[in-house]
Amino acid sequence: MAAAEARIDGRRAAPGRLLLIAAALLFLGLFLVLPLLAVFVQALAKGAGAYAAAISDPMAWAAVKLTLTVAAIAVPFNLVFGVSAAWAIAKFDFRGKNTLITLIDLPFAVSPVIAGLIFILLFGSHGWFGGYVRAHHIRVVFAVPGIVLATIFVTFPFIARELIPVMQTQGKDDEETALSLGATGWQTFWRVTLPNIRWGLMYGVLLCNARAMGEFGAVSVVSGHVRGLTNTMPLHVEILYNEYNYTAAFAVASLLALLALLTLVGKSFLEWRQPELRHAARQVHDRTRREKT
Amino acid sequence: MATPAAAVEIKEPTPRRRPQRVLPGFGLTLGYTMVYLSLLVLIPLSAVFIRSLGLGWGHFWDVVTAPRVIASLRLSFGASLIAALINVIFGLLVAWVLVRYSFPFKRLVDAMVDLPFALPTAVAGIALTALYAPNGWLGIWLKPFGISVAFTPLGIIVALTFIGLPFVVRTLQPVLEDLDREVEQAAATLGASALQAFARVILPALWPALLTGFALAFARAVGEYGSVIFIAGNMPMKSEIAPLLIVTKLEQYDYAGATAIAVVMLVLSFALMFGINALQNWALSRHGGR
Repeated sequence: MAAAEARIDGRRAAPGRLLLIAAALLFLGLFLVLPLLAVFVQALAKGAGAYAAAISDPMAWAAVKLTLTVAAIAVPFNLVFGVSAAWAIAKFDFRGKNTLITLIDLPFAVSPVIAGLIFILLFGSHGWFGGYVRAHHIRVVFAVPGIVLATIFVTFPFIARELIPVMQTQGKDDEETALSLGATGWQTFWRVTLPNIRWGLMYGVLLCNARAMGEFGAVSVVSGHVRGLTNTMPLHVEILYNEYNYTAAFAVASLLALLALLTLVGKSFLEWRQPELRHAARQVHDRTRREKT
Repeated sequence: MATPAAAVEIKEPTPRRRPQRVLPGFGLTLGYTMVYLSLLVLIPLSAVFIRSLGLGWGHFWDVVTAPRVIASLRLSFGASLIAALINVIFGLLVAWVLVRYSFPFKRLVDAMVDLPFALPTAVAGIALTALYAPNGWLGIWLKPFGISVAFTPLGIIVALTFIGLPFVVRTLQPVLEDLDREVEQAAATLGASALQAFARVILPALWPALLTGFALAFARAVGEYGSVIFIAGNMPMKSEIAPLLIVTKLEQYDYAGATAIAVVMLVLSFALMFGINALQNWALSRHGGR
């Protein structure tokens, strides 16, 4: 197959092909590789000692801890939702399914800043529930709950939209067999469905987690920037940067860049295990389109 | 009820079978999905619209037609448009090269395309600023030509191009992979040049995917905040994007102003997505198939 392709391409003008490859690589090098490289070079610009000092700073650690905490709450919430939505959408037929899929995707069309704003409108001092949360001495806005809510909002569709096509392609034959053999609903889910969707599930969790840990705009609006208390890693990067403490800013940023690289490695691994995952989003698209016509 | 029960029974001699649901959990999962969706997305999002109603039309209009607001909206949508167009051109190039040609480290290059998805926007922002600042790796080469990227609208376009690239590439790739090469070969045997085959045979088949990629990149760019604010310079009327103006208003406790701008952004984005969706359906029906 590859050989045949090479033959076909070989017959074409080779210089044109080389030119196109060179242009694409130059573009990607300038726009993707160089920024990534810049993060690490700037982080290590003043030597490994300065780098280590910047990373072991207590404020940096508080930010790391908060980022991990927020992701550890937001991701499971969206995971349960994603599995539940995918089960309803992929295994059953009902009216308004396409509308539901569109509504699940809605947070992708909303600016992160607006995602933060809506929770201030709800829980801020002049918000709908502002009086209630104040009366009960709960802090939502400018505190960790607000950060969690904003993070859940911006990462809302990730797991659902990966799982829906995976479950749709798998159909419901396996589950129906298990049920006819006497398994209960929960047994069927844990023993049949979950093993079937495990790669898709991990894929969704990986992407959801990357966004949850890296979210900036939404979290920035609701956090109130209380250093050591409501600063996630991306917010800490901003503070250090605005203080002209570039080495420290890039040092913390380099941790986030490492997380991004790990995410890409994990993503490639999962796509290698299950190649259909690559185009999962498109399958939903095509399917809904087919159903419409 | 006016109709007696007997009449109903006569009307339906054979009770219509409801579709039988063998699998359990429909009510539970759909119910949970609806409740969770409403609590976390629909109700919070409706808060913006309902709060803006409280402003009154006059006040709302005054806020959104203020010169500074108009300038920021124009900048946000304009820069996003340019960035999405750049992404369409280079995204097509990258997708084409990745699907059609083989070269060393192709898998690595392919994986790297997703970097803007995975890299936190704040990190992208400070990295791009470091590159394009007047003394940065790239800025220093552009300075002799009198081009300054960082702290100008040009920098905003660079950041938005970075953010939007994977949308176009990832939308185009599967379509390019499925493209029937026999049609191209037929065009070639009929004497079409490579360029003619591309323009007449390949491009028409790619239109819907190009539009989708463009729309996704554009929508993401309009709302983008993290990667832009570092490189933009954030001068009111010149390089201040609409999301930043919302943040500024919030910091001044001007909730009414922030809400009004948010409503305009949401309405414009949703309208644009609907328009492009309609256009895409039209293109799909015209070209039949995908």
